[in-house]
Amino acid sequence: MNPLLEKTWSDPPGVSGFFSAIDHKTIGLRYLVTAFGFFVAAGLLAALMRMQLSRPENTLVGPDLYNQLFTMHGTTMMFLFAVPVMQGMAIYLLPLMLGSRSVAFPRMTAFSYWIYLFGGLMLYVAFFLNIGPDAGWFSYVPLAGPEYSPGKRVDFWAQTITFSELSGLLAAVTVIATVLKLRAPGMTLARMPLFVWAMLVTAFMILFAMPAVMLASTALILDRLVGTHFYNPAEGGDAVLWQHLFWFFGHPEVYFIFIPGLAFMSTIIPTFSRRPMFGYPAMVLALIATAFLAFGLWVHHMFAAHLPELGKSFFTAASMLIAIPTAIQIFCWIATMWKGRLWLATPMLFSLAFFFVLVAGGLTGIMVASVPLDFQLHDTYFVVAHLHYVLIGGAVFPLFGAWYYWWPKFTGRMLSERLGKWQFWLFFIGFEVAFYPMHHLGLQGMPRRVYTYPADLGWDGLNMLSSLGAVVIASSMLLFVANCMLSLRRAAPCPENPWGAGTLEWATASPPRAYNFDAIPIVRARDPLWEASREPPSEPDHVVGLAEKVREALVTTAVEAMPDHRATFPNPSVWPFISAVAVTVLFVGSIFTPWAVVWASLPVAIAVTLWFWPRHKETVEHLAIEKRP
Amino acid sequence: MNHRSLDVSALPSYRYGHHSLMWWGMMGMIAVEGMAFALSIAAYLFLRSQSQEWPLGVPPPDLLWGTLNVGILLASMLPNHWTKRAAEQGHEHRMRIGLVICALFGFALIAVRVLEFGTLNCRWDSNAYGSIVWLILALHTVHLATDVYDTLVLAVLFFTGPLEGRRHVDVAENALYWYFVVYSWIPIYLVIYWVPRLPS
Amino acid sequence: MLDAAGPQAARVLDLWWLTLAICLLVFFGVLLFCGLALWRAPKTQGPAAPDLASLSMAERGPRAAVAVAVAASTGLLFVLIIASFVADRALANMGPPDLKIELTGHRWWWEARYDASDPSKTFATANELHIPVGRTVLLELKADDVIHSFWVPNLAGKKDLIPGRTATLSLRADRAGTYRGQCAEFCGVQHAKMALLVTAMPQDEYDKWAAAQRESAPEPADKQQARGLELFVNGTCAMCHAIQGTPAHGRRAPDLTHLASRRTLAAGTLPNTRGHLAGWILDPQGIKPGVNMPANPMPPEDLDALLAYLEALK
Repeated sequence: MNPLLEKTWSDPPGVSGFFSAIDHKTIGLRYLVTAFGFFVAAGLLAALMRMQLSRPENTLVGPDLYNQLFTMHGTTMMFLFAVPVMQGMAIYLLPLMLGSRSVAFPRMTAFSYWIYLFGGLMLYVAFFLNIGPDAGWFSYVPLAGPEYSPGKRVDFWAQTITFSELSGLLAAVTVIATVLKLRAPGMTLARMPLFVWAMLVTAFMILFAMPAVMLASTALILDRLVGTHFYNPAEGGDAVLWQHLFWFFGHPEVYFIFIPGLAFMSTIIPTFSRRPMFGYPAMVLALIATAFLAFGLWVHHMFAAHLPELGKSFFTAASMLIAIPTAIQIFCWIATMWKGRLWLATPMLFSLAFFFVLVAGGLTGIMVASVPLDFQLHDTYFVVAHLHYVLIGGAVFPLFGAWYYWWPKFTGRMLSERLGKWQFWLFFIGFEVAFYPMHHLGLQGMPRRVYTYPADLGWDGLNMLSSLGAVVIASSMLLFVANCMLSLRRAAPCPENPWGAGTLEWATASPPRAYNFDAIPIVRARDPLWEASREPPSEPDHVVGLAEKVREALVTTAVEAMPDHRATFPNPSVWPFISAVAVTVLFVGSIFTPWAVVWASLPVAIAVTLWFWPRHKETVEHLAIEKRP
Repeated sequence: MNHRSLDVSALPSYRYGHHSLMWWGMMGMIAVEGMAFALSIAAYLFLRSQSQEWPLGVPPPDLLWGTLNVGILLASMLPNHWTKRAAEQGHEHRMRIGLVICALFGFALIAVRVLEFGTLNCRWDSNAYGSIVWLILALHTVHLATDVYDTLVLAVLFFTGPLEGRRHVDVAENALYWYFVVYSWIPIYLVIYWVPRLPS
Repeated sequence: MLDAAGPQAARVLDLWWLTLAICLLVFFGVLLFCGLALWRAPKTQGPAAPDLASLSMAERGPRAAVAVAVAASTGLLFVLIIASFVADRALANMGPPDLKIELTGHRWWWEARYDASDPSKTFATANELHIPVGRTVLLELKADDVIHSFWVPNLAGKKDLIPGRTATLSLRADRAGTYRGQCAEFCGVQHAKMALLVTAMPQDEYDKWAAAQRESAPEPADKQQARGLELFVNGTCAMCHAIQGTPAHGRRAPDLTHLASRRTLAAGTLPNTRGHLAGWILDPQGIKPGVNMPANPMPPEDLDALLAYLEALK
């Protein structure tokens, strides 16, 4: 423990500290807690939907509320849970895994959290006021346009996109700069943990995909607010333009969620097989290939729309071929386990579920990748099954594994293995009971997004079964919450590295100090903690010479991670919070009037300027240690 | 075990170009905004491909103000480059002058841009053609306006202080962003002003 | 989709079985190898010392195994890609149409115009299509308001109806029967209750049906029916609905000229019986909330008259 470093790098305490905090671990945990809250909310919405669908011609939930429920469920899960939770994991873990004291842009990271939170809150306030969006999470026009969705419902949806995409984009920029410039000396690209590679690849994808939905939703708001005609076929606009823009984002988006899941798999499996990952170079190439291919699939969401046939065939081939890099990863994980010593603790169980659930979902994905099959399966419960298998199998199961794995690092305590195993089995069984029947329902002709169905079609039994599965899933989540609370209240403090893992974050205290590492390590291997004993004792293994009274961190080169310069980092500040409030006023105001963009820009400009404006005291401190190039 | 340590205290406190964190942040923004421009141009071309005539029911935008802006933007690269060099060499006095000149160019561009909107020969709400033209021009205008504001803030800072070496990097990165504003205008200008003049 | 009554659905079904077989093979293969790895690898109950041998030694065996697995997966994928292309081409080759129907999707009902290009043969109906068995039918798909999707799984895959565009779908029923379809693109509050029926019948029966559909509505047979017609034309009904041969020419709702020949009401929502029809007329919002038809409260004698007239529209 280094009291001077701790004082330098800590956020202030108390209420003002709450609003001015910029420690990446604090922000990361806020992301995780908030995302889990939205996960539970979206799960409750789904539970209501399943209750309505458990019997045919049920009258528990009417069509208007049901349409809001499935819109809110999808929007929450995709925009307010799945992407932010992955970004939260990255924000918390990357500096620790890279041997750094901070993320590249700590204040911007705090700002991106507040924007995410405010956007989500705005959406739910609208929902509770019964003006929640009801045109689906994908909000197709003309249904979502001004003529068929009057009022402000869809505008709240579109602005939620603006909030969450702004937040996501800024977090992605931070991840890229952090990974490329703040690695410990010696951690070349070829020595980066696969977790880091996956988060880096995801961040690049986000930069190129999110602008599409920002553009699409902005054009939608403009159609609804100021009379533009982007999507109005009567005035030269096109309903299919929406679909192209939305899915150009929408397909990569599922990979923003899936690839971090792969990050967790590639961390947990080697640790619990007690050996380094098999096939590291192939794994890296597979991640990069997946990211590129993901941009070439979007039309497979539009096969039933009016499009040229030859074009569709290209997208069938691409949609099938993207399975190959994922297959490479799966076989490499199996090889790692085959040649390892297996420790079947809870994180490993959750990761093993991937092989059952994601593989099934990937295979149904190959089915719907085919245009003729998709003609029958599109917009049916078969697709609902497919998407939940890939998202839950590929991301949520690994995410729970990751939470059990890193919980000791976040909190300094372990979660109960016994409760963890109970939770795992309940979740796995509940998931299969809830979602497997949906494949059959789709094959039997049940379309999606229906608030009820006739009694004489034979869909009753499977729907009831599915709804029972949802109850089991809910109970597993209750167990998880109980496990977390019991751990925080009762569990004994745990050691620094309870899993005996090899990556750098386990060389910090549990939970880490504000300054992360006593000394920045020098890295010579992919699993530094495992390979420390193999390193020559005469080589330097840590860095000295960074200031301790001022926030100073080491910037290294992008490829070879050679020490490059010493950068001073910003102090905690309340201006990211205030700027986020100002931006919120602008975004929410512009739902109601276009002039809000003009007058609300002024407080935003002032807040952002004061955020950036250097303080005299800090400048003097920096000048005292400054060395010019 | 007796390990030696690596002493980094002799390293500089800041560096320019791709060495700096700010550069990476800026490039990230450029990637995002460049993608937004590319997609809006793609939307323009898509809508055009779905229409029998283009522009829809109106003449193409008048060439005067848009072309004038091409000229002013290209000319602005000179003071911009000069300011960037001054920043990389640490000449604070020259940076002050350069920032003011760049800000003045920015004001001129905004003034001409206002005139451009007036001579587009279409309204955002007349039809999809008008909507997409206004959207693309508005997107570029937002970037232009924010960069002019950034330049202004830096200019004021360089007169008032407090200054340290990192602020030189900020000036250099601001100049990088200006290059993006200029370069992105070229394809946008061609799409808005010349694509509607193509024989269909 | 598993009960194909026509070539379009049948070709998709063939592709389905092939794809399912290959996917099950791969699924159980992966599970097998994963299970074997779990079973044979030694276990530990805690953080045993990591095995770093792989850092200095090439793992030839696993490398070869992974390569074979990837090659096999790629090969199977190419089989599926080719099978998909072949099926796609086959679906596109349905040959010239024997019958053309213009289908327009509305919120939340289906408008059908047969032989729209020939004024001597054309007629309109709603929500229930009849087609001749063994003949190729070309559907021209349009939408009046938002995107809908036409889907009759026993016969063919789905196709979207998009405002501003006309799409086409060719299909053929090779077996007589009645097949249910449903709108498959979320179109608003009553998307769930926008079904349709397609009845395939032998050519001669179809010709008889079509001929009957071309006839205008019969004259009211008695005073009660006349009163019913009067209520229809002078009340709100005629503002939206049409009955050929009467002054009612509304185009915003289903054409009711042959209402009594249909099996269902409200786009497959209710069976077409007197009781259901009465309930629908009096309070459509109670059955299909949000639908465009207003409530029509009326005294019982008027309702009886209206029903008597409508029941005669065979």
